[in-house]
Amino acid sequence: MKYSKWQFTALLLLRILIGWHFLYEGLVKLVNPDWSSIGYLLDSKWILAGFFHSLAANPGVLNVVDFLNMWGLILVGLGLILGIFTQISAIGGLVLLGFYYLSHPPFLNLEYVLPSEGSYLIVNKTLIELVCLWVLWLFPTGRIIGIDRIIFGAKE
Amino acid sequence: MDRRNMLKGLATVPFLGAFAIGWWRKRKKEHYKQHSLLKELNMDASAPEIPPSPSRDKTIRLGIIGYGGRGAHLVRGAGFANPELIQAWKKAAMVNPDDKRYEDFLAQEDLNVALNGVCDVYDVRAERGLLASGNAAREGTDAGVKPKARRYRTYQDLLKADDIDAVIIGTPDHWHAQMTIDAARAGKHVYVEKGMTRTLDETYTMVDAVKENGICFQLGHQGRQTESYLKAREVVKKDLLGNINLIEVCTNRNTPNGAWQYKIDEEAGPHNIDWEQFSGPYSDHPFSLERFFRWRCWWDYGTGLSGDLFTHEYDAINQILDLGIPHSAVSSGGVYHFKDGREVPDVWQVTCEYPERDLTLLYSASLASSRNRGKVIMGHDAHLELGSSLTVWPDRNSTRYAEMMKRGVIDPAKPLFNYIPGKKNVDAVSSATEAYFAGRGLLYTYRGGRRVDTTHLHVKEWIDCIRSGKQPSCNIDQGFQEAITAQMAIISYREDRKVFWDTKQQKII
Repeated sequence: MKYSKWQFTALLLLRILIGWHFLYEGLVKLVNPDWSSIGYLLDSKWILAGFFHSLAANPGVLNVVDFLNMWGLILVGLGLILGIFTQISAIGGLVLLGFYYLSHPPFLNLEYVLPSEGSYLIVNKTLIELVCLWVLWLFPTGRIIGIDRIIFGAKE
Repeated sequence: MDRRNMLKGLATVPFLGAFAIGWWRKRKKEHYKQHSLLKELNMDASAPEIPPSPSRDKTIRLGIIGYGGRGAHLVRGAGFANPELIQAWKKAAMVNPDDKRYEDFLAQEDLNVALNGVCDVYDVRAERGLLASGNAAREGTDAGVKPKARRYRTYQDLLKADDIDAVIIGTPDHWHAQMTIDAARAGKHVYVEKGMTRTLDETYTMVDAVKENGICFQLGHQGRQTESYLKAREVVKKDLLGNINLIEVCTNRNTPNGAWQYKIDEEAGPHNIDWEQFSGPYSDHPFSLERFFRWRCWWDYGTGLSGDLFTHEYDAINQILDLGIPHSAVSSGGVYHFKDGREVPDVWQVTCEYPERDLTLLYSASLASSRNRGKVIMGHDAHLELGSSLTVWPDRNSTRYAEMMKRGVIDPAKPLFNYIPGKKNVDAVSSATEAYFAGRGLLYTYRGGRRVDTTHLHVKEWIDCIRSGKQPSCNIDQGFQEAITAQMAIISYREDRKVFWDTKQQKII
């Protein structure tokens, strides 16, 4: 795939910004000894609520979920910023966002305890970020600017 | 690899550098805020200390007097539940895995107690209590549980039993004092429900009987076990609030059950209720199912909002501030919603003055509005909001925190201090989200450990003290303060006047 200079710049910028967001979300959780996804999971609504509640109910499972979420966010963040294993990072991030969206979909008639910072109807920022990662996966940039270029070779 | 590839490969690394600088700056600022604030407040992050239990080698043998709704709960706190209830909980847990009542009860600590005597004037409840007594294994109806305790027709007979060391009294309020007096004289330790007494005179006799006979006495204010109240005491002791001048506590309910219109059993009647014993010397009203099941609505048996709910609120505050008996009390209210023939008010308030402490305690209650207002302790420098969690909010006009607010260390829009039981740490600067969760009672305690019933902890403390000889947290001195304060409030209401406490004579005037 051949990008124009501006097409490429926009894609790269998008990749770095999303990576930045993931990395910060992950690190904040890492350094807070009290952080747990329990409140978020317990607040889940819609058809998958039972699944998310069950994750919260078992302390062992909850620890695993917290660990995977925290390190998932950090690794996806680093992957996107540095362009290392960029494609896997994009998919990983997409899956994480999918979980967030499905646990708290902003549908009609669903009310959450956790306040939202904006106003959403069906579409929220999680969903938009998710689609952005899909775009990044379809229009890869890691082997142009990124450590993937060193590992897997340049693909201009 | 050529230089060009290398440069392009690492071209985004500077972004990571920028991230690191931003991260480091933000963390430094937050660390400074938390550190300087916690230092300034002198608050530590630990949960309040709970003394360890003494050895449980010797079995304590209990009797229950009054196995109604509350009595059954108290006995459950000691480890004995009716198999039908366990069955219902088991079923509920199968339908809804989030229903943890059965699991929590199974996990409740074994106190090494036996339930040897059951006394209730209503046969149906006595039978339920008997079945519970044989259910030390905490089984459902499918296990064929057999009664173990002996049923006593009168509480006097139960007090004569050699195989009973201590009694739990869960009867209506009009019997609390006399039963406690008789139990103390028989050498039995007593756990009695609140409100401690129904009339002023019996209060003095009851206190004397407990003290003279040296029994271990616990009054049923299980709020004494609430972690956030214990932490609140620390907040007040460390003077985070400044000059405390107004305390607001309240009760809000809006259901028939909350307004004491309890269910009347269809099977109940003069054939299975000992009405004469229920009434005792306190009432000559003819048999009435309504009065038997909904006794809180009449002065013959209780003191309405005062004994039932004001006492809980008062005791919570007394536990935190050691307020003692107020200098004066004035009360008002009326039957404004539940016009069902009741005598006691359903909207009621009392103002207690503590001039020597420079503060007012204000209690107000409605049984016909659900607006929950919580407990608030207001000081010049900060105010404290208390529920299952605890939040201290700085006052924007505080003298003490003025300089810190100027420097940006304290944000008046954010809590100064937030304590959520079960969490590992206290947050000096907690996020709005956390406060939001805590305020709505979402459970943080799943992780640190399981939630424990405060009623169980309160019964446990009493039993531990019977063994160790120590004083329980809600002992007769605390009970005396509760009873006198409640009596002042109710005398003020019924006699429509302001009443005063004469410290010298130890009398209400």
